[in-house]
Amino acid sequence: MKKVEMKLLTRGAEAAVYLGDWFGQEAVFKIREPKQYRHPVLDSKIRRLRTLHEASFIAEARRLGVATPLIYFVDQERGEIVMQFLHGRRLKEIVNGDVGGAEAVEGWCREVGRYVARLHLGRIIHGDLTTSNFIVVGDRLALIDFGLAFYSTRLEDRAVDLHLLDTVAESAHHRSAERVTGAVLEGYREVMGEAEAEKVLRQLKEVERRGRYKKQVD
Amino acid sequence: MGVESTAHTFGVSVVSTRSGAPTILSDVRDIYRPEKGEGIHPREASRHHTQVAAPVLSKALKDAGVKISDVDAVAFSQGPGLGPCLRVGAVVARSVSAYYGKPLIPVNHAIAHIELAAMLTDASDPLVLLVSGGHTVITAFAARRWRVFGETLDLTVGQMIDQFGRAAGYASPFGREFEALSNKSNVLLDLPYTVKGNDVSFSGLLTASKRLLAERRGLEDVCFSLRETGFAMLAEVVERALAFTEKKEVLIAGGVAANLRLREMLTQICGVHGAKLFAVPREYSGDCGAQIAWNGLQGLEAGVRIDVEKSSVKQSWRLDQVDIAWRR
Repeated sequence: MKKVEMKLLTRGAEAAVYLGDWFGQEAVFKIREPKQYRHPVLDSKIRRLRTLHEASFIAEARRLGVATPLIYFVDQERGEIVMQFLHGRRLKEIVNGDVGGAEAVEGWCREVGRYVARLHLGRIIHGDLTTSNFIVVGDRLALIDFGLAFYSTRLEDRAVDLHLLDTVAESAHHRSAERVTGAVLEGYREVMGEAEAEKVLRQLKEVERRGRYKKQVD
Repeated sequence: MGVESTAHTFGVSVVSTRSGAPTILSDVRDIYRPEKGEGIHPREASRHHTQVAAPVLSKALKDAGVKISDVDAVAFSQGPGLGPCLRVGAVVARSVSAYYGKPLIPVNHAIAHIELAAMLTDASDPLVLLVSGGHTVITAFAARRWRVFGETLDLTVGQMIDQFGRAAGYASPFGREFEALSNKSNVLLDLPYTVKGNDVSFSGLLTASKRLLAERRGLEDVCFSLRETGFAMLAEVVERALAFTEKKEVLIAGGVAANLRLREMLTQICGVHGAKLFAVPREYSGDCGAQIAWNGLQGLEAGVRIDVEKSSVKQSWRLDQVDIAWRR
């Protein structure tokens, strides 16, 4: 658990993620380091809040049937979460590389849709649904990074949650965008139920219509 | 030659690559100024554009030292923007095109902001933050299109600043005064910080800031808090897109690019991610004919043309709907 023994896995925008040792076990140390560009008061408020939120949402999501890493320890002051290390590959790579073929990729995307629906039914909005935050571990899919999650049952929030995945499909995986979104929505419908899913998807259209540059300025 | 008329500004510019490097031969603008405390009125703005169109066009040619017959093509801002305003520029460009037999080239105003900024700063493959009264979008080029990685879900950052300024009794654009007022305070008041994934939302921040004003909190303190909170939101989504795309360049374009605090925040982020920050020069950060002329020239060389009959304006033309022929 000393910093010197830790290996930097990724330095994302949100936090630095280290691989280290936690009482003899491999563990991920997710540390929200201070952001120099932010006012210190604002910065500390955001880091404390997101650390606490993330830890509680990770636990809550698992109760809803969404696989997430186990939490070992939370240090709110330092903005640090210690959690289970998942040996797997990011869905982003799987989709981009068409790993396992188109059918397998679509299967994972359907599972993404199911996961999102389970969260939404459990009143949780993930808030950061990118394909980098889904990890394929063996034959299971896990979801990480709940730093922007919040509780809501509003259609609007559900739609925006899904919209982000859409944006990512369009931007990162533009070659297979339609397949990716199609399969995600299929899985979402399956768990959410046709009627409820339809409401969210209608709202999603509204969100996209309302987005900038689709309407007149001012 | 490029004609710009999406919102406040009517502008005409002549750009050339005949001497090798791209050169802005002229860039003439006339800006509609609404009454203090009021926003842009599309009809009034378009009336203004109609009145200044001829003299601006003549001056642009004169400044460039060219005759209209020397011009290779006429580009115009086809959108996005205010319909009545866009139509004035479109009519001017169509007339010149039809009367003098010059190719007509449609330009997307947002892409034109980016391309001019990239040309002026020599950024080659940047992640772009386009921030102005009409735009708040994070985009990067991939596979023939500018792809949107994040954007505002409601107001643009420029709208938020201007509307706040108007609530405080200032004329729009409020950008310069906003910066000066913010610099006089270091008191951070509590305001909503709204980042949703890669997108931002400014409407709650605007409402809360106006409320603080109504509660008679100091204008300088509210400006400072609004700036620190709003720009931190933008900086965060830029950092997220930068970490995701792993670009080595960040380009900031649009009117709000002139704000030094925003540049400072992005400089710090670039430092962390080993990227270089490019900022559009202040004089070309706002709407201008030069952006249309330059992007039109790129289009001309790549074979982009439009028939007059098909050249109606597109008020809500997204930048990610345009197939780009001039970038690899």
